[in-house]
Amino acid sequence: MNIANRFNNPFTLFFIVLGLVLIIFILWPLLGTVFSADYGLLFEDAEIAREVRESILLTFYSGLVATIAGLVFGVPLAYVLARKDFHGKSLIEAIIDVPLVIPHSAAGIALLFAFGQERFLGQFFHILHIDFFGQIAGIVVAMMFVSIPFLVDSAKEGFKSVDPRLENVARTLGASPRQTFFTISLPLARRSVISGSILMWARGISEFGAVLFLVYHPRITPVLILDWFGLYGLPHTLALAGLLILISLFIFIVLRLLVQRGEYK
Amino acid sequence: MISVKNLSVDLGDFRLAGATFDVHEGEYFIILGPTGAGKTVLLESIAGLFPIKNGSITVGGSDITYMLPEKRGIGFVYQDLSLFPHLSVMDNVTYGIRRRGKSKKIAEQSAGWVIDLLNISDLLQRRPDTLSGGEKQKVALARALVMEPRLLLLDEPLGALDPNTREQIQSELRNIHRKLNLTIIHVTHDFEEAVLLGNRIGVIGEGRLLQVGTPDEIFRQPNSEFVAHFSMARNIFSGEIQNGDTEHAFVTIEGTRLAVISDKRGKVKFSIRPEDILLSAHPIASSARNSFKGTITEVVSKGSTVLLTVNIPPSVVCLVTRHSFDEMNLHKGGEVYVTFKAAAVNVF
Repeated sequence: MNIANRFNNPFTLFFIVLGLVLIIFILWPLLGTVFSADYGLLFEDAEIAREVRESILLTFYSGLVATIAGLVFGVPLAYVLARKDFHGKSLIEAIIDVPLVIPHSAAGIALLFAFGQERFLGQFFHILHIDFFGQIAGIVVAMMFVSIPFLVDSAKEGFKSVDPRLENVARTLGASPRQTFFTISLPLARRSVISGSILMWARGISEFGAVLFLVYHPRITPVLILDWFGLYGLPHTLALAGLLILISLFIFIVLRLLVQRGEYK
Repeated sequence: MISVKNLSVDLGDFRLAGATFDVHEGEYFIILGPTGAGKTVLLESIAGLFPIKNGSITVGGSDITYMLPEKRGIGFVYQDLSLFPHLSVMDNVTYGIRRRGKSKKIAEQSAGWVIDLLNISDLLQRRPDTLSGGEKQKVALARALVMEPRLLLLDEPLGALDPNTREQIQSELRNIHRKLNLTIIHVTHDFEEAVLLGNRIGVIGEGRLLQVGTPDEIFRQPNSEFVAHFSMARNIFSGEIQNGDTEHAFVTIEGTRLAVISDKRGKVKFSIRPEDILLSAHPIASSARNSFKGTITEVVSKGSTVLLTVNIPPSVVCLVTRHSFDEMNLHKGGEVYVTFKAAAVNVF
């Protein structure tokens, strides 16, 4: 079938036009920001340049730590949800997805209420020398809270797509459940786990509302953008936003390409 | 020896109740049953992959009913072969040995004999998705055999193969079984495959193990209507045996009196295999005590053979070669004599 043939159906054509509207809607503001920003503004002043560098590193680092914590706690849960049927399973699945429907500023307040200095969890972790309020750990917790559903849901779908018979065969070949998980299930669900991680990380670094209440300082880039908007006005803010978009897109694209390679049939 | 006692599994709409059978050392045991009879689940239970409701499984006298699958030493080959798609053929074959903590090199050395046995040395670096059906089959067998299992379970291993490859793998299976003195339980829905490969056959249907016997016993003496159907006896009737001694009993059906050899009395069912029925243009004098004239009501060509339905009454299905069919000038509506021995009537 040639290309002309593929589009000769007016109904399909109509759908394509609607889709194009959406693509333009997404790309227009992003490209507008990226191309109209004056990035020189970010490096004019040594103090501003340092602020930008530190906040971007802080944002990406916190997002990474949140994602790693998400992998440690989320992948095992995803596997259990994919493989086992038990009473209350749909409740667990619903709880995992709750952060998706909570307004993020409300989530921030809730986290402050739980992890604040005088609160139970805050006190508990204080004994372990982990503090959240105004600390990087607080950023990590907030990012993790709002982004964990992406990883768990994606990993769960990945594990579901692995034929249980492959795991069965591995068991009959002498593999323990742990060996089966690490040599069969996880490698075969790898793609979904990684793309879930990318989504989680991307969602984490873009978080603003939940982080703001728990950790205003040190400032992650989204918070810095808000600050600068009041402090320096649009041109500086536009440059910072443009830079954040560029870096995020770059990492997103690189990771996507890495995942698409080495796919199994 | 593997001994399965009173094994029951429950899988929602499918249940298997009280299956009891023994498989001898070195025996090729076939479990024969229709699709959906739960053959796979039965094998998974024996391998420890599916929880059983009750019953016990012993191997060589030791109870393995609740043993973990990885400790049982039971090999399993699924119908879809389930090769690990992310591993090369070599890594598939050596998977089990590697899990014992052996190095890659040692594992590859100790898999050498299986690679030679199945003649797959050319495939070792390939990925499973590049293999043909027959090649996949060999790799799946090699992967199971390399562990030297004390019992090998085969779940419809030939189901997905084209007829030529099928025959090739069938003879491969027979060779391997003989060479390694393997104990095999092989499930299939294919009666011919069962007869060809099995030392003994267990027929499951209607949620139970209905009959266990040699291929000949299943073939000649099915013990129930289900087994008779499944072994393609085709002619299955109900009738009543009147008095008489075992050697000279008669069963009456639709007004026709058939000589049978049976000590059963009263209402019975019986089967006659189509190939045991002789067709002739004229009555023949022979020791066969059942000879009747009938009308051909249906002709179905099977290629080299022809199935004819002859109404005596009752209607019986007979099998003749294409050659005889042409020679005798048989045709629908024509009259013909059907003759069969009293011993050809299997009463159950």
